Amino acid sequence: MGILEVKGVNKRFGGLKALNDVNLDIQEGSVHAIIGPNGAGKSTLLNCFVGRLEPDTGSVMFDGQSLLGIQPYRINQIGVSRVFQTPEIFADLKLLENVMIPAFARRDGSFKVNGWKSVGEEREIRDEAMTMLAELGMEAKADHVAGQLSRGDKRRLELAMCLVQKPKLLLLDEPTAGMARADTNNTIDLLKQIAKRGITMVVIEHDMHVVFSLADRISVLAQGTVIVEDVPGNIKGNPKVQEAYLGGAHL
Amino acid sequence: MLGLNNKDLMLFAIVIAITLLAPVILNPFPVESDLAQFNAGYPDLMQRFVIFGIFAIGFNILFGLTGYLSFGHAAFLGVGSYAGVWMMKLLTMNVVPAIIVSVIFAGLFSLLVGFISLRRSGIYFSILTLAFAQMSFSLAYSVLTPITNGETGLQLSLNDPRILGVSQTADGSIPMTNFFGIAMRDGFELSMGGWLFTFNAGYYLCAAVMLIAFYVSIRIFRSPFGVMLKAVKSNQQRMLYTGLNSRPYTLAAFVISGMYAGLAGGLMVAMDPLAGAERMQWTASGEVVLMTILGGTGTLIGPVLGSGLIKYLENIFSKINDNILHQWFSFLPDGLEDFVVAIVYPFIGKGWHLTLGIVFMLVVIFLPGGIVEGGQRIGRLFRRKPPEDRNNTTTAAAPSAAE
Repeated sequence: MGILEVKGVNKRFGGLKALNDVNLDIQEGSVHAIIGPNGAGKSTLLNCFVGRLEPDTGSVMFDGQSLLGIQPYRINQIGVSRVFQTPEIFADLKLLENVMIPAFARRDGSFKVNGWKSVGEEREIRDEAMTMLAELGMEAKADHVAGQLSRGDKRRLELAMCLVQKPKLLLLDEPTAGMARADTNNTIDLLKQIAKRGITMVVIEHDMHVVFSLADRISVLAQGTVIVEDVPGNIKGNPKVQEAYLGGAHL
Repeated sequence: MLGLNNKDLMLFAIVIAITLLAPVILNPFPVESDLAQFNAGYPDLMQRFVIFGIFAIGFNILFGLTGYLSFGHAAFLGVGSYAGVWMMKLLTMNVVPAIIVSVIFAGLFSLLVGFISLRRSGIYFSILTLAFAQMSFSLAYSVLTPITNGETGLQLSLNDPRILGVSQTADGSIPMTNFFGIAMRDGFELSMGGWLFTFNAGYYLCAAVMLIAFYVSIRIFRSPFGVMLKAVKSNQQRMLYTGLNSRPYTLAAFVISGMYAGLAGGLMVAMDPLAGAERMQWTASGEVVLMTILGGTGTLIGPVLGSGLIKYLENIFSKINDNILHQWFSFLPDGLEDFVVAIVYPFIGKGWHLTLGIVFMLVVIFLPGGIVEGGQRIGRLFRRKPPEDRNNTTTAAAPSAAE
């Protein structure tokens, strides 16, 4: 049994059937990529995992718990972190604060009025955040305002914010979208390191280079349905995949 | 010391010193001089400086940290005022219970208003708070007249059933508000050369409360809770996917700032036991927004400076009339004198709002960080820091004192 189990998920937007009986079984510790042409329903599917969208039918189970009908912040509290297509960070705050906030969220839960102690007195959280920044090579910038970072560094910071929570499952929505080649390669290296820590990752991606260098397993989504699920080596030659992507032409 | 870092401690010490010495600092001109009208060191105005300072400090905890712009905070000040007067009517003329009850009632009312208004953000939140405040204002004038005494305003009378005190003094007048026996209007005057300084008990009570309120706000700004409130302003989406529920954070900030407003309302009636509904009108809510923005939103000291400036303009500029102007410009030839007076006249007296409006526009356009930013720029000019150091002042871990 996998850590994330998706069974018979359907989602309609008016007349459009965005997801049609999607089944997925994501194994703990694996990197699972979901690919597919534009409009295949990848983002819709991801949004069903994090509480942003509610499927019409079907179930999404994480670690034995249903993720349906609960608020995104609760889903995060049980161990699911998410990276956005455009890095979502606290742009007005310093890098250190950016990483301390999720660390506080893990320790104190979704709400706590901790209004008397100064941030500087929270040594443990501070050290933890500093260590995480150091691991991702950003400790020198700890006092910089996050909004000033480059696109690649923003992604790096966002990953630091997710990792400091020690998530069981990390969801990545096109982690290299809009990045220059060098930034993309750095990000892939970083994600490989993260994968080595044993964190389960689900990656949605357009860029085949990224997918094939990262994923243990790949699910191909087309018109709201998983048409193939296999290891990367078998995906490229699969005629169904070629048809989905290129309308029948051969790769 | 006091759980503050060095810069905050320094700022706090300066604020303490200025507040305690205000009766002297604000009276720089001898009584007989022409400039005496610019003196602001009289008790009534000084009390207003610190009371509105408290109001703005509290407002800044909501607006400065979370970015939620409330247009209805005067309602909490009004509720606090009414609650305070009622305590004096029913219980005792000691101001302490009145102030405490003011804070409690304002807190409860802001909990209700906040709970409903915070379902929306941005302009819709502002409109909801405005609607609540205007509703409170109208109710105070109409159906709630038994509690608020309508247009006359709620005041003490000679037959109040004061449980811990007397309804009237031996000579048949209304007893005075006091702090454990020290009457709020007590004080002493100190005459030095041409100068006259008034040290007033009421002012020092307000000043002490303001200093405590200021200290609490520094603690909140520097705490993890304060960081969470800044996170609300910065990116609610990220907060939501970081396991944080932003609603209770904003509600807590809303209630805290409502309690500050109630505290200000309670102190107002402690100084002058009269509460009127006009205190809740939208103009009063707008005023605290102006104070905060003028001083510097999200900075510690900004709101205090902003409220000081506005109250100074309101009380000092509005007193200048055309006679005084003619005196000032009497050295000019007659025709020119009249011309200059005609030009300046719209900006003074009843026209002080025009001056305020222009100052406000200039600040928003040229100094978006308010007076505090102005001060920082001037400070930098004098220090002539190297450029890379300058960057650090805005990004460094140790926040600048005024930040």
